Amino acid sequence: MTPGSDPSPATRLMDSRQPVILAVEHLSVAVDSPDGPLGLIDDVSFDIRQGETLGLVGESGSGKTVTSLAVIGLLPRNVRTVGGAVRVGDTDLVGMPERAMRRVRGRDIAMVFQEPLSSLNPAFTIGNQIAEMVRAHEPVSRRGARARAVEMLDLAGIPQPQKRFHDYPHTFSGGMRQRAMIAMALTCHPKLLIADEPTTALDVTIQAQILELLRSLQREFGTAMLFVTHDLGVVADICDRVCVMYAGQVVEQSNVETLFAQPCHPYTDGLLRSVPQGASSTSRLATIPGVVPPADQMPAGCRFAPRCDFAVAACSAAAPQLESSASGGLARCCRQHELHLRGAQ
Amino acid sequence: MTLAQPSHDDTIVEHVPTPLLDVVGLSKSFPVRRGVLRRVVANVRAVDGVDLKIAPGETLGLVGESGSGKSTTGRLVLRLIEPDRGIVRLAGTDITALDRNALRAARADMQMIFQDPLASLDPSATILDSVAEPLSVHLHMSGAARTERVLDLLEQVGLTSRHLYRLPAELSGGQRQRVSIARALALNPKVLVLDEPVSALDVSTQAQVVNLLSDLQREHGMSYLFIAHDLAVVRRVSQHIAVMYLGRIVESGPAEVIYTNPRHPYTQALLSATPIPNPVLQRERTRIILRGEVPSPADPPPGCHFHTRCPYVMEVCRVVNPPRTETPDGSSVVCHLHVSSASSSAAVENTARD
Repeated sequence: MTPGSDPSPATRLMDSRQPVILAVEHLSVAVDSPDGPLGLIDDVSFDIRQGETLGLVGESGSGKTVTSLAVIGLLPRNVRTVGGAVRVGDTDLVGMPERAMRRVRGRDIAMVFQEPLSSLNPAFTIGNQIAEMVRAHEPVSRRGARARAVEMLDLAGIPQPQKRFHDYPHTFSGGMRQRAMIAMALTCHPKLLIADEPTTALDVTIQAQILELLRSLQREFGTAMLFVTHDLGVVADICDRVCVMYAGQVVEQSNVETLFAQPCHPYTDGLLRSVPQGASSTSRLATIPGVVPPADQMPAGCRFAPRCDFAVAACSAAAPQLESSASGGLARCCRQHELHLRGAQ
Repeated sequence: MTLAQPSHDDTIVEHVPTPLLDVVGLSKSFPVRRGVLRRVVANVRAVDGVDLKIAPGETLGLVGESGSGKSTTGRLVLRLIEPDRGIVRLAGTDITALDRNALRAARADMQMIFQDPLASLDPSATILDSVAEPLSVHLHMSGAARTERVLDLLEQVGLTSRHLYRLPAELSGGQRQRVSIARALALNPKVLVLDEPVSALDVSTQAQVVNLLSDLQREHGMSYLFIAHDLAVVRRVSQHIAVMYLGRIVESGPAEVIYTNPRHPYTQALLSATPIPNPVLQRERTRIILRGEVPSPADPPPGCHFHTRCPYVMEVCRVVNPPRTETPDGSSVVCHLHVSSASSSAAVENTARD
């Protein structure tokens, strides 16, 4: 049994008195290209409070993974943060030297990826890698670090943690590897956990186990979580609030119940209606025509306009701003107050 | 078109049509070899006595997790892998008994679509070449007539002449999957085996491809064996469902019966584990979270394969493989919970005698 598992987690109302753990302000990221820097992320802002889970949702190419890598300072070599701030507590991580950043990672912010095998070192045992992590951040003895690693493996629901401590990553199944990865990420009790599609490669019964584990560990440690996913079912399951991203911008932000019940951006609405629900029928699934535009072919004005059913001339004339929406969140659509979107109902 | 149309609506079918595809007792083991002498140390029973029936124009959804044997079943049905035992009848012909030439001819009637078209399409061949290949090989078409047919096929899947001379890498994931569908359609097959055809696609693209597959099925009257792990997609496209676990079918029947009244504890857990895209409903649900993981198919547990993870496990489950029981709703379930006590104890006696 996973620790502290709760079969029907009541919807937690986010307490605005909880401290803000992560504040991303006007973040912009660009990739170097022969024609100069090319914008990948444009003016992204959000914050996450202690114990809260913020979902970053969108299709491939929407910029959700780049955003999460920018937060933890792990962007590829040719991709750079060109503007904005990433604040953890009072510290702005943008422009922080790599040496200092290395101290932040693991201690303040940790990350789990879709494929844990690529982020675990195949040449060291799981236990050694976790113990190493403890010793890198805290003044503990070898023995103390080892005990912590075993304790974390146990908390992460790995059977016989004493024994599995000595096993190499390849001997773990996909689900067990993800548990080990989560154990390692939470070892130093980071304030923020970034989870990038952590269950996408897993079978659905194992996914349910991992989501339950993340939820219970989050409750135990009060971790803030940035959860990157394309799966709206997973969003409904684990997120408190959601940022929907499209073509490098946040197009809608709202709490999770409102987002599904009352989407205010046509892209959110399209995503919700594309998800197959219910029985076999002759009615067609709603689709969003076309694909996300590549970074070098961004349309002028609203980036979603070429695929939008509701686009009018004004949409391509000026870029819409992220403004307060009728549902109490934010939406980037100049027609949001005249449209009545129905979402998945 | 002589084939029956899919019974999407609620018209009552008077008599059960002869299945277009009828699979009986399909089995396949793979040897596990170890050491310098490559000695066989174990046998993985990937597929263990699978029965499937698909009516003309209908879709059977085959669901299960990794290692359940669903993809191997798809390949066995097409004889891309030789089965150890079992019969695969396509329109009455047992294709497991065909020789090489006859099999090649029969393959025109059955095509397969894979999850990753980038892996199944030749990266150096243009879209024209890829779609034209089956036309040259099977129908000996060439020149303008062949190009015209390729264009016709591309139009059917929503592509145009602009795509003819592109390479697979120049297309988006959704477009590539459309190309592999066009290629599969080239020979007017009766059956398509679709192995996770939309799993690699984004949700909006996935919806486009699901719609396309439904349209093509309606137009051409094809039968689909739709293999996937995503239960929401499978429910959307299938009239019948079969659920696999460790090489065996544990439950099968009409899609709505399986989804609304699942009998097998594994089917129940699988449905319960699939998150509903509705935060209010999702948070109020009672969830069944299975403990443990799927055991290794090289060393499956005795008795019912699911007993190591089953919340309702009984003594008999650890010993005896449960028989198949028909339910009043027209589904069938392979589970001791649903066996009448008389036949269950008979099964125990039979095993004791063996």
